[in-house]
Amino acid sequence: MMETAISYPTEGGMGKTGTWRIFRPVVDNSKCINCRICWVYCPDAAIKMLMDMPENEGKDIKGIEIDYDYCKGCGICANECPVKAIKMEREEK
Amino acid sequence: MASIKNFPKEEYVLKGHAACPGCPITIALRTALKALGNDVTLIVPASCSAVVQSLVPKTSFNVPVLNIAFAASASAASGVAAALKRLGKKTIPVVWAGDGGSYDIGIQALSGALERREDFIYVCYNNQMYSNTGIQRSGATPYGAWTTTTWTGKKEMQKELAEIVMAHHIPYVATASIAYLDDLYEKMKKAKEMEGPRYIEIFSPCPPGWRFDMSKTVEIARLAVQTGSWVLYEAINGKIEFTSYSKMLLKGRERKPIEDWLRMQGRFRHLTEEDIKRIKEAIDEKWKYYMQIYNKD
Amino acid sequence: MKVIDTGNHIAALAAKMARPEVIAAYPITPQTTVVERLAQYVERGELDAEFIRVESEHSAMAACIGASATGVRTFTATASHGLLLMHEMIHWAALARLPIVMINVNRAIGPGWNIWSDMNDSMAQRDTGWIQFYVSSNQEIFDTVIQAYRIAEHEDVMLPVMVSYDGFILSHTSMAVDVPEQEKVDSFLHEFNSMWKLDSSHPITHGNIIMPDDYMEVRYSMKKAMDNAMKIIEEVDEEYGKKFGRSYGLVEEYKTEDADYVIVATSAIASEARVAIDVLREKGKKAGLARLRVHRPMPFSRFNYDKMIVIDRAVSLGLGNGGIIYNELKSRGDVYGFVAGLGGKDVNYKDIVKMYEMAEKGKEGWYGVEVD
Repeated sequence: MMETAISYPTEGGMGKTGTWRIFRPVVDNSKCINCRICWVYCPDAAIKMLMDMPENEGKDIKGIEIDYDYCKGCGICANECPVKAIKMEREEK
Repeated sequence: MASIKNFPKEEYVLKGHAACPGCPITIALRTALKALGNDVTLIVPASCSAVVQSLVPKTSFNVPVLNIAFAASASAASGVAAALKRLGKKTIPVVWAGDGGSYDIGIQALSGALERREDFIYVCYNNQMYSNTGIQRSGATPYGAWTTTTWTGKKEMQKELAEIVMAHHIPYVATASIAYLDDLYEKMKKAKEMEGPRYIEIFSPCPPGWRFDMSKTVEIARLAVQTGSWVLYEAINGKIEFTSYSKMLLKGRERKPIEDWLRMQGRFRHLTEEDIKRIKEAIDEKWKYYMQIYNKD
Repeated sequence: MKVIDTGNHIAALAAKMARPEVIAAYPITPQTTVVERLAQYVERGELDAEFIRVESEHSAMAACIGASATGVRTFTATASHGLLLMHEMIHWAALARLPIVMINVNRAIGPGWNIWSDMNDSMAQRDTGWIQFYVSSNQEIFDTVIQAYRIAEHEDVMLPVMVSYDGFILSHTSMAVDVPEQEKVDSFLHEFNSMWKLDSSHPITHGNIIMPDDYMEVRYSMKKAMDNAMKIIEEVDEEYGKKFGRSYGLVEEYKTEDADYVIVATSAIASEARVAIDVLREKGKKAGLARLRVHRPMPFSRFNYDKMIVIDRAVSLGLGNGGIIYNELKSRGDVYGFVAGLGGKDVNYKDIVKMYEMAEKGKEGWYGVEVD
């Protein structure tokens, strides 16, 4: 029995919001300069820097990983990328 | 100066929330919480941010959140602050409200809390309209903007809430933008270290509300600053200093034409030459004043 | 210790002795002296609490909500338009299951401006999910405020409590009150207890978007809590009686055993009715009184009288004669309803004797306007 409107922090509160996507950001990590612009502007916290991943600690690595489970495909990352490393491609249904 | 390269990696806005694609609110909140950390209590009035959290019993905000009625955020925060003081906790009450909840229905509670010098941070993310109810005009809607309650464009200029807040003589007032996140981060950090009422207003363009493509949220926010339409500054104990790009404008860098900014947004599509002239004049007038008052070393 | 003081000062004293950590209040006639006295207690260091001098009643309740949700005991007081301005937050406090205790000094609603007793302010809050007490003496104000915290914070209840009494008739009238030792009150009240709280080491969100199925469950759990409250109110009252020598019950009966007609009234009118009963008895009439002390939860099952005369100081226009308690009790027997005393219109025992005699002849209605 729910006694009052209490909620607990959960990833995927609205489910896999990646299903909302019409366009998909595709990254070419060879162009990436690790500027973090896409990471900081992503409204969905769906971009991870490879260099931040524990398994890459100490490595000289460039690039990002996009979480397609949750990326809503807004395209801010592609719009803001200073080296045009991210392209928006129509989702195949 | 903070750099996005040094932002903490912790995320307190969890993936899979309910915000529209390209929403500025979660851009702002991610950075704000990176600066403030998680020893906060968010107080959220009726707004898009109430929806963004997702549905009971799940929440996408990994900090304590008290949702509260539209007019009540600053007063609820006063109660949270008083209780935290009683409990001897360092947790910071942070109101996270839209412009409707701040400029209009919540302004009485806000003014009261500021005058009482409550120990809290009030953040107004300003998207210049009631977005959650479906794009109605607010006291923050600019002249000429189409909304669903101003079909032929708003006939009045917006008011300046940050200036009203400053008349309360509080320790910290700042304006920020979701395009200049290093600046926002820095301001949040400063606010965090202070006591008493602190107010930060974040310019937040809304893709469905302003009628622009969702990939342009940041670009439009940036252009608002570059055209001088939105101004970045902070006031520590009432002393105003321009920051980031606005500081460069104050030092003489040329403002980009406002038409570039207006043209990107469907809400201004119907503007006449006369309207644009009026908007231009208002910005020129504003900057003339800034130059006289603040451009002194 | 015997204290002679006004209802408002007694309310403030009781609140102080319950040791709230946060008080948020806004002044309004005739509640003002509650707030003044509490501010004095805090400034003199006699009460260790935060006093938030809010800029409206809406903010007073919002601040209590914020404080209660953070995990401390709270108190506020208001009246009339203040209570109405608060209405949105009154619902909010109950739905959030926060055990806030509030005094409401009953006063009429404008226009025109009228500061005298009338219960429409609090009766208009009867559907909010607050437990509602209507008390009849300064002693009962004290005792009920203390009891209110035990009831509100009981784990089977967790609903806010409103204690109402007549403006001026009680609020500004001095009566002798027996005030217990602080230690005795401390031992009666437990540590503040809440259903949930905001704590950054265990983050939760309260009150985000809720879908219909869950919303209906929340409402049902409030219903169950209100049902539980009926029993808890009596238990707390009984325990209070054992400790302090006074208890009141949900309905206080006077000479009802053999009564032909039982007068049902609340607050100050009920005090007058008690005098009227004695007068009627002297006249050889078998009159009784059932003073309704708790209006939410409504103790329907206690009303097992053949004939009742209900006197209401509040109206729901368009619902029969308008009397609110009258309409609620109508189904429980042969009931005659009088609306009386609105806007502070005087109702003394002689008026009540008259109403009784009218009811005997099958008459009812708005006393002093429609029938007299």
